[in-house]
Amino acid sequence: MSLSTVQVASNQAPPQEPAVGGIEGRSPLRLVLARLRTDRVALASVAVIVFVVALAFVAPLIESITGHSATITNVDTGTDANGQPLPPGTGGFILGTDNLGRDILVRIAYGARISLLVGVLATAIATIVGVVVGLFAGYFGGWLDSILARIMDVVLSFPYVLFAIVLVSVFGSSLPLTILVIAFFSFAAIGRIVRGQALSQREKEYVEAAQSLGAGNLRIMFVDILPNLVAPVIVLATLLIPSAIIFEATLSFLGLGVQPPTASWGNMLSDAEGVGFQAWWFYIFPMLFLLATTLAFNLLGDAVRDALDPRTERIFAGRRKKKKPA
Amino acid sequence: MTRFLIRRIVMGLITLWVIITLVFVLYYARPGVDPARELAGRAVTPALLANLNKEYGFDQPVIVQYWHYVERLVPIPGQFNLGISNTNRLPVTTIIAQAVPIDISLAVGSAIIWMILGISVGVLAARRPRSLWDRGATVFVLTGVSMPTFILGLLLLYVFYYLLTIHGVAIFPKPGSWTPFTQNPLEWAHDLILPWITLALITAATYSRLTRSTLLETLGEDYIRTARAKGLSERRVVYRHALRSSLTPILTQFGIDLATVLGGAIITESIFGLPGLGLAVVQAIQVQNLPVVIGIVLVASFFVVAANIVVDALYAVLDPRVRVS
Repeated sequence: MSLSTVQVASNQAPPQEPAVGGIEGRSPLRLVLARLRTDRVALASVAVIVFVVALAFVAPLIESITGHSATITNVDTGTDANGQPLPPGTGGFILGTDNLGRDILVRIAYGARISLLVGVLATAIATIVGVVVGLFAGYFGGWLDSILARIMDVVLSFPYVLFAIVLVSVFGSSLPLTILVIAFFSFAAIGRIVRGQALSQREKEYVEAAQSLGAGNLRIMFVDILPNLVAPVIVLATLLIPSAIIFEATLSFLGLGVQPPTASWGNMLSDAEGVGFQAWWFYIFPMLFLLATTLAFNLLGDAVRDALDPRTERIFAGRRKKKKPA
Repeated sequence: MTRFLIRRIVMGLITLWVIITLVFVLYYARPGVDPARELAGRAVTPALLANLNKEYGFDQPVIVQYWHYVERLVPIPGQFNLGISNTNRLPVTTIIAQAVPIDISLAVGSAIIWMILGISVGVLAARRPRSLWDRGATVFVLTGVSMPTFILGLLLLYVFYYLLTIHGVAIFPKPGSWTPFTQNPLEWAHDLILPWITLALITAATYSRLTRSTLLETLGEDYIRTARAKGLSERRVVYRHALRSSLTPILTQFGIDLATVLGGAIITESIFGLPGLGLAVVQAIQVQNLPVVIGIVLVASFFVVAANIVVDALYAVLDPRVRVS
């Protein structure tokens, strides 16, 4: 073996750097994404969500292409001779019209905006409040924990539809209030989980290490402990989105959420109830979109949970806050 | 045990007091709101306002109003009084007493269905994890969790009432049908079957998930291995040994759910036109009938608080470890 071949060999394969296509350091995020990519259910859910988001974005475009306003009533061409809604496919209305002659497709597209807006914003507020409250309760413990935990228990166990409609009836219904009410009744679901995790994390050695380095409480809570809680928080937040969407639809269905003429899937169904079942398209399409969206987010939440930690398959089973209004 | 119970009851009373006070602040003592004006409606005259102020005592200091408000809620016969409905001048207690049988009927029937359905689906899934049964159960759970109550109710009405009726098979009653149990038990069940199924299917999903996860956990315990090693049949191991200790979290959930339905199944009642507490509160809110709204909120809160105390007490009976902590 000549010197030159040895040099070439060592150049080709240095022991520290594996050849292209070999082992490669992957960040947790990339690992999770890779696992999600192999999950067909997750991909289908993402496809549904992307479709609904796209629909929400192009709502004004659909409005201008069809020439059908989402809110202005159109009794002349949008209803038949008896003033009844038109079935799908007639008069240029792909999904039919509602009782006031408005295009159901256009209204569903605008309804998607409301559902997604409420779902995402309410979840974001609930998550931030839940994480802060949970961290403070779990990290400090003592009387603060007793009070905060008690409040979260009460919020979780109360008939929230009843209290939501009371709040809405007092302050008058509006979109910001709807979002705040939903966030208020959801933060405890996250707060309780974060509290439990924070309780166990604060006993770990790395917290002691941070303390001995002179880190303050806030720094330990938000810089040291919080990153360890990201996985459960992401999963719960994904699962809170469909709950918030259902909550908004329910309030709007009862006439206490988004007010007409603004379209929301919930108030469309409430309008449909006034027409009767012979106008089946008036029911089926908003139902279909609502159900597909909530199901997609729930399936995605489950898939993300499995992808984040494939070992603990049932860590949240049964712990999820029940979001089913009775 | 007695001390434990007394502590829970005191906590429950404090919770109720907080709710009562919050409702008072929301409705009568919000800054910048004149409750008489809100009650008066559109045709406001100074004389009407003066009358309302006198009748409801709005002209008195807030603290005095609060005292009178709390005083009449103390549960002593002769003193307890939820006020009078603004619309039909009936005592709120009478309105509630008329509505409660409907909620009890709804709760009893649907609870039986959701417990049987939810627990059996959960047991099936837990006995054969990752099998076809388990996957079917997951689909059932996810659909139930994703399904808004009003959509399921409307779908059931569409299929079982509307479609069947227009095809000449009128076997399900139209919305708004209600027969008291004492009048005709068969008719009672017939009128309630669709509302029961609506409530039960939505609620059962939670129980399946809960049963599956707790049962799977319990089946991995040492004492289950011991029971199997003794040669007990699998049926006995699962139902007598494992399921029994899995029942405690289910009991907690059951208490809350039952109390929620008792306090008014708002959406189910609205869709099926059942004149229970839920429909009454929705109608009262639409016309700002405050005494009725407040009365029903308080009754519903009382059910939840009471259910929590009963569940805690049962917990202590079932599981000796709870008594210690």
